[in-house]
Amino acid sequence: MERHITAPIDKETASKLRAGDYVYLTGTIYTARDAAHKRMQEALEKGEALPIAMEGNVIYYMGPSPAREGRPIGSAGPTTASRMDKYAPALLDMGLIGMIGKGKRSQAVKDAIVRNGAVYFAAVGGAGALLAGSVKSSEVIAYDDLGTEAIRRLTVENFPAIVVIDAEGQDLYETAVQEYCTL
Amino acid sequence: MRTIETKEITRNIKEMCIEANHFLSKDMACAMAQAAQTEESPLGKQILGQLQDNLEIAGKDMIPICQDTGMAVIFLEIGQDVHFTGGDLTDAVNEGVRQGYTEGYLRKSVVSDPLIRENTKDNTPAVLHCEIVPGGKVKITVAPKGFGSENMSRIFMLKPADGIEGVKDAVLTAVRDAGPNACPPMVVGVGIGGTFEKCALMAKHALTRSLDTHSDISYIKELEEEMLAKINRTGIGPGGLGGTTTALAVNIETYPTHIAGLPVAVNICCHVNRHAVRVL
Repeated sequence: MERHITAPIDKETASKLRAGDYVYLTGTIYTARDAAHKRMQEALEKGEALPIAMEGNVIYYMGPSPAREGRPIGSAGPTTASRMDKYAPALLDMGLIGMIGKGKRSQAVKDAIVRNGAVYFAAVGGAGALLAGSVKSSEVIAYDDLGTEAIRRLTVENFPAIVVIDAEGQDLYETAVQEYCTL
Repeated sequence: MRTIETKEITRNIKEMCIEANHFLSKDMACAMAQAAQTEESPLGKQILGQLQDNLEIAGKDMIPICQDTGMAVIFLEIGQDVHFTGGDLTDAVNEGVRQGYTEGYLRKSVVSDPLIRENTKDNTPAVLHCEIVPGGKVKITVAPKGFGSENMSRIFMLKPADGIEGVKDAVLTAVRDAGPNACPPMVVGVGIGGTFEKCALMAKHALTRSLDTHSDISYIKELEEEMLAKINRTGIGPGGLGGTTTALAVNIETYPTHIAGLPVAVNICCHVNRHAVRVL
């Protein structure tokens, strides 16, 4: 079903989302990919605070291309989520409620999604020019030296995403593929 | 003897990096448009429709088709009658990449050392493959390669007894393991034969072959068609969210090999299979 939701996402909304739902996300989300996750993990190991609060927030696994003058962002599609599988369970246990990426997640991530009533969305991979249209503003808020891999705060409007793993542990990648497999 | 100034190489590569990242080649654009018509899954059709919109926006607003503007893989076929002047050819290639990626608002995705991982901030160096061929021309192919799909590519050192069925299993295994990670619909480049590195290079080169062509070898052409049909029956579909369009093409290259071996490389590319070609 089609839903319009706002980010940060409250627990009740997240728990009602079901694998296969087509979602339009409006509000504030944060970007982080490989290098930023590694730094956040190192910060946690040293007992330091993270540059962004996790509670109720959504992380978009994305490193944009540079913005042309007068535009908030360049091409801005999702990257492969499984590279963040090592780091995601700890962040979910700290209250992270949503992740946007593409591709399969590990069992440990699925377990952490269920345990915390969170959600994993897929955005369409390779549609960076289209998705950039939903990004209204972008600001680097941490790890500026990482370039495209810095943590950015994005304001998004009707950002299109599909619920792939829901709070009950349903995984659209498994069910949808079975439906069309004829081998 | 024909003389070409290396600054001509730089200029062309700069333009081709920008062109390839904003405009799909005609064969790819046609295959994508056709897939949007024939896909059977409603969600798959919707995704392919979004990808059509994406291509239109990319060209119209000059936003890269995908934010992963790739590592610049460049093939140079250099006629043996060509003499380059004006400096080092490899430097000229990298200068073209540097100018293209910095002036063209393309993402810098290259780190200087695979383990220390410091971004070079200009997307250099390129991965350059040179071949000396007869004649007095230079053919440049610029194929920026994204790593969502590159990471899902595989090499299988099969044994002769594995035969053609072993090759089919290897291709299908690589595609199934890649699934949604490789941003389907994919293009599957396959190298069969040669040595460990030769088959990998053939698989990469196969991705640059026009999608509306087939291998000249009749049984390989049949294998390309059979594997495309099989891959499209896996159910993976657009975005990996189910459907009948998992791949747009299977392109296979072959080479003689050793009596003891049957190397097979599967280089997977996403639907943003970029290849710009110019002949100087």
